[in-house]
Amino acid sequence: MTAPSGIAAVSLVLVATLLLGALGPRLSRTTCDFYVASRTVSPLRNASAIGGEYLSAASFLGIAGLILAHGADMLWLPVGWTGGYLVLLVLIAAPLRRSGAYTLPDFAEARLGSAAVRRTTTALVVLIGWLYLMPQLQSAGLVLRTATGTPVWAGAALVTVVVAVNVLIGGMRSITLVQAFQYWLKLTALAVPLVFMLLAWRFDGASGLTRDAPPVFPERTTVRVGAEVAVRVQRPAEVTVTGRLDGADLRARPVTLTAGTHRIGKDAVVTFPAGAAVPHVADLPARTGREWALPLSGRDNPLYGTYSLILATFLGTMGLPHVLVRFYTNPDGRAARRTTAIVLSLLGAFYLMPALYGVLGRMYAPELLMTGRTDAVVLTLPGRLVGGAAGDLLTALVTGGAVAAFLSTSSGLAVSVAGVIGQDVLRGGVRSFRLATVLALAVPLALALAARELAVADVVGLAFAVAASTFCPLLVLGIWWRRLTVAGALAGLLTGGTTAGGAVSWTIVGGTPDGTAGALLAQPAAWSVPLAFAVMAGVSLLTPRGVPAGTARIMVRLHVPESLDVDRGTWRPKEG
Amino acid sequence: MGGPVRSGAGQRRAGAAGPPPRVLVTSPRARAPRRSAPPVTREIDEQTGLGEAYMRSLVRAQFRLALLVCAVAVAAIGGLPLLFAAAPRARTVAPLGVPLAWLLLAGAMYPAFVAGGWWYVRHAERNERDFAALVTGADPAAGDRDPLR
Repeated sequence: MTAPSGIAAVSLVLVATLLLGALGPRLSRTTCDFYVASRTVSPLRNASAIGGEYLSAASFLGIAGLILAHGADMLWLPVGWTGGYLVLLVLIAAPLRRSGAYTLPDFAEARLGSAAVRRTTTALVVLIGWLYLMPQLQSAGLVLRTATGTPVWAGAALVTVVVAVNVLIGGMRSITLVQAFQYWLKLTALAVPLVFMLLAWRFDGASGLTRDAPPVFPERTTVRVGAEVAVRVQRPAEVTVTGRLDGADLRARPVTLTAGTHRIGKDAVVTFPAGAAVPHVADLPARTGREWALPLSGRDNPLYGTYSLILATFLGTMGLPHVLVRFYTNPDGRAARRTTAIVLSLLGAFYLMPALYGVLGRMYAPELLMTGRTDAVVLTLPGRLVGGAAGDLLTALVTGGAVAAFLSTSSGLAVSVAGVIGQDVLRGGVRSFRLATVLALAVPLALALAARELAVADVVGLAFAVAASTFCPLLVLGIWWRRLTVAGALAGLLTGGTTAGGAVSWTIVGGTPDGTAGALLAQPAAWSVPLAFAVMAGVSLLTPRGVPAGTARIMVRLHVPESLDVDRGTWRPKEG
Repeated sequence: MGGPVRSGAGQRRAGAAGPPPRVLVTSPRARAPRRSAPPVTREIDEQTGLGEAYMRSLVRAQFRLALLVCAVAVAAIGGLPLLFAAAPRARTVAPLGVPLAWLLLAGAMYPAFVAGGWWYVRHAERNERDFAALVTGADPAAGDRDPLR
């Protein structure tokens, strides 16, 4: 894409977000419009807002990239991210709304009446929020680099500042309408280019992907390598290189890339002839189209990895800090259920598309397998398949959608994290919230710049694993099991938090070891979730005197429909 | 029939001497039979044994419904990787030219989620209607009228 249209698309979305954020408080009048909105927001609008906040850069860019790189096994990711809402619907949607809790620490306090549990959940909300924000900011840098050519750190910093300003002027929290609009913007930004690309693909001969050979460059292709990479070459190829190759500085020199590993320097330009096999980055196995299209042929221990992914995504969704807040906008538990059912349809419609981007990417943008920037496939494809001004326009559209994706998710997360930091760690009030906002964003920005580059969807997957190992047991046992005790909840939260959190830190900081240990650390959910459930239930059974006194009343509150006039207790969430 | 109902035989004696006797005027609603038992909501509020029993029945009904949906999901979703691992043919078979995994995971799964979600919503609301009818003493078979609206 030409830089001007990219800059235009990015600026447009950034400015529109800031404007809406600035005007929003005037539209809604009160600092917290949830009470007002709760009587006026229809389930469809509410569901759109949930979708708008939920569909992050990982959904918009990451899934397609992972499918391009790893194939059919990654199809579980969007399935899990949608299925998580089915589990959320049947297990917690209505009771959670009826609890009246505004945040997860609120729920913990309402259910167990314990300050210690509240503080533990606060720490976990912050941890999960940071873990989820980090890849959003990383991909912000990537998108802005692809679209406008700015360095990665500058893009990440710019988006952080925009989110911070937006949260500080009090926008995002109150504007259900803006988040609802974001969902439809993202859906359009992915769907319209896809229609044109599928037409172009048909016109191109509608070739398939089940060939028994690794991907090749369909035509003479010039690849610009953004950051230094080590690539493995399968078949020798005659290429032209400008830049550093294996330590030698070349100027438009024809060379033979021999089979084996080569280092290509930053900003090097390599031109491949048509039909040359695509070299793959060192940590990505080169697989034939057939292998790629079949399940359980990907990474190490595919069966374990698949189950762990399923567990993390299905059970982690309910523990994401920015998801719960939106349930408060529903007038009652029944509306919360209906909203969640509509969310399922909206997410289902969206997630039909990333897989197609992944497939088309393997055919038309295979050089991403060489540069390792598979997350850029959604941004690259429209310009590749649709030429000319139309291609530029479509690229601007997906770029705008991507910017909307990480802005809406980051804003929602920043508000949730800043809310709990301001209220539970600092003193509360407006000044604390401002300081908390800076904290909520500065830490993940530092992490994003310091950590090695990981696939967006992978890191988000780690955040889901921690959420599934901590908040899922707390919510499920808290809502359905009377015998949960304070000690049990604390023990379960700490067990899940330290095991899943430890595995995640290990993966992010040190990389994963090979073999079974690596699989266990990179995908901890399959063992950490059952462990956390067992500890929470076991310790509760061992401390039967620790069942909180108001448990029966809370059960009435959580489960009896609002139409019945019963005593629901007097607990109210603290005013933010 | 609508409007107030006069009870007593005042009309016939209207022509007789003296003011007409007093007539009791009531609405048909007030003439409905009184509920015999105190409302169960009070039992729930006072956490009596009966109230707790009602609460447990509601929670159990809803939990059973949720578990049913989860069990179907576990069987369908948890079974797929096993199927792919155990039966190599299931991995390679490609109805309509698309491998089975893609047909299911990138297509059919999403409408199935939506259908499962709405099925659950309908049954969960029915459970709540039944409970409300039980607690308020209304007729649980009062037709499709939705008391929650």
